[in-house]
Amino acid sequence: MKLLTGNDLSTGDVIWWTGRDWSRHVEDAADVGDNGESIARAEEGARAVNVPYVIDAVATADGPRPAHIKDRIRALGPTVRPDLTLKPADPGAGDWII
Amino acid sequence: MYTYDTLDQAIVDTRVDEFRDQVARRLSGAMSEDQFKPLRLMNGLYLQLHAYMLRVAVPYGTLDSRQMRMLAHIARKYDRGYGHFTTRQNIQYNWIKLEQAPDILAELATVQMHAIQTSGNCIRNISSDQFAGAAADEVTDPRPWAELIRQWSTFHPEFSYLPRKFKIAVIASDTDRAAMRLHDIGLQLVERDGQVGARVFVGGGMGRTPMIASEINGFVPASQILSYLEACLRVYNRHGRRDNIYKARIKILVHDLGAEEYASQVAAEHAALAGLDLDPPAAELARITAMFASPAFEEDAPTQVDRSDPDFAVWVDQNVLPHKRAGYSIVSISLKPRGGIPGDASADQIDVMADLAERYSFDELRVTHAQNIVLPHVATRDLPALWTALREAGLAEANLDLISDIIACPGLDYCSLANARSIPLAQKIGERFGDLGRQRELGELKLKISGCINACGHHHAGHIGILGVDRKGTENYQLLLGGSGAEDVSLAKITGPGFSEDGVVDAIEKVTDVYLARRQGTERFVDTYRRLGMEPFKEAIYG
Repeated sequence: MKLLTGNDLSTGDVIWWTGRDWSRHVEDAADVGDNGESIARAEEGARAVNVPYVIDAVATADGPRPAHIKDRIRALGPTVRPDLTLKPADPGAGDWII
Repeated sequence: MYTYDTLDQAIVDTRVDEFRDQVARRLSGAMSEDQFKPLRLMNGLYLQLHAYMLRVAVPYGTLDSRQMRMLAHIARKYDRGYGHFTTRQNIQYNWIKLEQAPDILAELATVQMHAIQTSGNCIRNISSDQFAGAAADEVTDPRPWAELIRQWSTFHPEFSYLPRKFKIAVIASDTDRAAMRLHDIGLQLVERDGQVGARVFVGGGMGRTPMIASEINGFVPASQILSYLEACLRVYNRHGRRDNIYKARIKILVHDLGAEEYASQVAAEHAALAGLDLDPPAAELARITAMFASPAFEEDAPTQVDRSDPDFAVWVDQNVLPHKRAGYSIVSISLKPRGGIPGDASADQIDVMADLAERYSFDELRVTHAQNIVLPHVATRDLPALWTALREAGLAEANLDLISDIIACPGLDYCSLANARSIPLAQKIGERFGDLGRQRELGELKLKISGCINACGHHHAGHIGILGVDRKGTENYQLLLGGSGAEDVSLAKITGPGFSEDGVVDAIEKVTDVYLARRQGTERFVDTYRRLGMEPFKEAIYG
């Protein structure tokens, strides 16, 4: 599957295209198929996202998992600061990255 | 310490206003990202893996407690409670919001700080010896020269759009604590016949094509240093390659032309500049130099201290160095605690270091390229009290220049350019060699980790270097041996095939075992490597 991601223009937060809007949680991301580039252009034009790009991902029972470790780190947060990730209360969350 | 005059202050204040307008136009949509990106980079604002990252300049690594407290305040108010001290003697924040960036720059400007020259193809923040003004072996304090070059290079109209970024280091002793010969230009201030001048080295650097700078002039008189630099930059600006980003650094130009030909062209350019009166009047250098006068050291300060606490004694032996003035010491605060993140400090720790600098070090701090902090002027009798305070703040790790005093770039945990993580590897190595007695047995051993070929972690200059690469989507680590960024400068060589994260830690242990088994006398690791060559180490690793 293909996911569309980028950063919030104002806050810089990593965000994911859900099919209707943007979410900070990769679990909400939708498969954009071949439409990623056109959605990216429209959303960037509307200043809803900054520097959008399409990535490969794998569908899992827990939601999409980006194919590359770099995007998994983007999705969750730094592996060396669990307290700064999106799941600070989950000590095993980092296993999802590796 | 240099203090801004009205012109300096006007420059940074105007810059803040200008950037505030640019950010507003970006947020309103009046400016595209393509238009905005070069403008934000000129103000130190990158878009990194998780958010915007702001790199704040600490010119030649020198700052006072008021400035240090501002860094803590920014960490607390605008970031997530910490900052990361970098190998360019700067600090960067990883979680910045674009909408708040102008306010941060405005707050920095109130303490004479900014983020200019921390990105882009300009002359970057000038780096220097972290012991400047305190080291016994310097011929003069290099900081007035670093400041003069800072002023000359700030918004220099000819050098704001160079072929690539440009890094200058200034030192003033034979001991190189600033990796001077791995800079685009390295200046070593020397004395000849009672006159100060500079040895000029050009074309060094790390990155994907590491090179050691060549000496192109053995003595440029102090009165001509700026115009000589102008000539060096002009030749580069004229001939540096803009067609290929990977061949655009001056090291490639000097290599392709040959150092002799490059030097000849610089000499001709310098001669052509002679009538333009580019060098500053002596009064201006004197004005700047006066601001770096030595503090009011106490006469006959005690030179001995009670070493009966063994932990304190170890810290003194490892992290405290002699000062040029009897009764004073240079203290290095390690930002490499066991299990910690190299170069990171919490806002509270930054405040503590500011308080201690104010109390014990004539209000001065230095950031080192090894990602540590220095209190340059501590009365030796104050060392026990200082150590106690540092220990309470988790800042008394006694590992300066030992294997756990690791330089590491942010790596894939933060950096959008990285191929592999650096920090977890540094932590694993720190754990494997956690016993301080074992580390001290190994002695000086500079280990440096980069998460990609750009070499922000200086792996080429490590006695042991590690380069993270991406091998089919998996992190892989190449091991290098034999580098040095010091006066015995050399470039490390790759041992062979790469390793997993755990594998490279095992390999390092094997390498250090070879060293311990075969060292002679007081040889450091790198000395033994140079005597034996790569083979015995390779044999131990790959068998």
